[in-house]
Amino acid sequence: MTAGYNFAFLDEGSKRAVRRAIIKAVAVPGYQVPFGSRELPIGRGWGTGGIQITLSVVGPSDVLKVIDQGSDDSVNAVSIRSFVAACTGVETTTDSEAATLIQTRHRIPEVPLRNGQILILQVPLPEPLRLVEPLESVTRRMHAEMDYAPIWLALYENIVRLGEIELSADYPVMVENRYIMMPSPIPRFDNPKLHMSPALHLFGAGREKKIYALPPYTEVRSLDFEDYPFRAEDMSGRVCHLCGAEHVFLDEFFDAAGGAKLYQCSDSGYCEKRRKGGAVDGSRG
Amino acid sequence: MDPVGEERFALRLEHLTVRYGDGCALCLAERAQAARARQSGNRCPRCGTVWAARDVSLKVREGEILGVVGESGSGKSTLTQALYLDIDPAGGAYYLSSYERGERDVFTVSPQQRKYVRGQLLGMVYQNPHLGLRMRFSASANVAEKLLAAGSRHVGFMMERTNALLAHMEVPVSRVKEPPRYFSGGMQQRVQIAKAVANNPPVLLLDEVTTGLDLSVQARVLDLVKSVQRDFGVTMIVVSHDLAVVRMLADRTVVMLNGQIVEEGITDQIMEDPQHVYTQTLVNSLLL
Repeated sequence: MTAGYNFAFLDEGSKRAVRRAIIKAVAVPGYQVPFGSRELPIGRGWGTGGIQITLSVVGPSDVLKVIDQGSDDSVNAVSIRSFVAACTGVETTTDSEAATLIQTRHRIPEVPLRNGQILILQVPLPEPLRLVEPLESVTRRMHAEMDYAPIWLALYENIVRLGEIELSADYPVMVENRYIMMPSPIPRFDNPKLHMSPALHLFGAGREKKIYALPPYTEVRSLDFEDYPFRAEDMSGRVCHLCGAEHVFLDEFFDAAGGAKLYQCSDSGYCEKRRKGGAVDGSRG
Repeated sequence: MDPVGEERFALRLEHLTVRYGDGCALCLAERAQAARARQSGNRCPRCGTVWAARDVSLKVREGEILGVVGESGSGKSTLTQALYLDIDPAGGAYYLSSYERGERDVFTVSPQQRKYVRGQLLGMVYQNPHLGLRMRFSASANVAEKLLAAGSRHVGFMMERTNALLAHMEVPVSRVKEPPRYFSGGMQQRVQIAKAVANNPPVLLLDEVTTGLDLSVQARVLDLVKSVQRDFGVTMIVVSHDLAVVRMLADRTVVMLNGQIVEEGITDQIMEDPQHVYTQTLVNSLLL
């Protein structure tokens, strides 16, 4: 542990303040709770909301996994993992099943989460109404009154102009038939994983100073119309060229040498475990 | 007693008062208010409070078109804003026959009910289209917003309805996917009218709909307003500083000055035999 710093970097008062916001968020699923976002040795917009939640809930016995767009090896993921490990001394892993805390940006792991795990998502823009209403005072009132017609309007506009809803990520969801919530920029593919998930999902937006949550077994529905039902990305017919997984979220890239279009698991920990031959619970590959 | 239904009034407004400022002993005293109104306009000389509407009462029968005329600052737009529940009045009561059989004061309802009244029972066409339309969204989406607010979640139905309404308002089908910011002023007003009548509201409020439009476009918009009244059977309140507009549309007219109604009557009667000095000035200016 780095000498001179409190356990988990933040002072105890700050951690308590964040935990209080988390408790309120858990009590009112989908409701955005304002909190005093602290300064961190990482710029605002680089996952400070997620880090503050992680630092506030982490304990010495936790096992931490940090992923960025599904990858354990990206600069952002490595930096955050090193930072948290350095100031807490907790064990880290790339295995989603072994982790008790998973901080993530833009993905939910492929392996179904279990009760007792906490998924912490970094959120750039927590306000689903921001697209149609710039004033915070007005959006708060709109949430209170469930005045959500403008969000539907944005989806309707998509269909009018493009023939379908073209949101590929950050697709808004209705939580417990009460609050419309941004699930952070996870792909549409991951939206169904939120519904009735046994794990606790915490969403932190450091720059926007908001925390919200989905407690275990919360009803989460992606918004859709009667004649335009919600559809996740169709991954059928695509196979990871490394581990052979199907029906998982695959990144597409072009192999310049061979001239072929290739697919690879977005969740690098999942892919690595498959390649090592380890059993993956709930594997769909 | 049914305060609205008995005489088949679509709308009844009683003693509406809107003020900007806290008021003082001088202007809050009722008799002093009346004296001030006669002598020095609607601004209190002691505290500066502006009495935008003072003790305004009116009734509108079902299917009737009521004209509201007056000069700038006379309280016309304040009256429409209060009727559309855009502002909270300092006093008064407001009954709609379509809401709880006209037995409940709409000014006192909850925010949710207020939203319902605005979305379902009232339509509004603003003088400035930027207030009534979302300029970044398509014309179709602008009209559909009212349907979405009413709970519709069927894209096919909404597209059909919005296209029919926009066609009725002479917006070409080829342009319904364009945002209104690319439209002319007249066409923006027509989109606003389509949006206002999307849910077939029983009452439609029009605030200076022809202001800023050239004469030929004004004529088309006025024709459209008349056809909307005929086809949808809607009760209308048409606010304008232009007596010619009111003369063309309204069955009955009220004349406002300094936040008060100074004359009220059948439009022809107001035009032919104005009683108040201010109305006489207005009518004379029209004849010139």
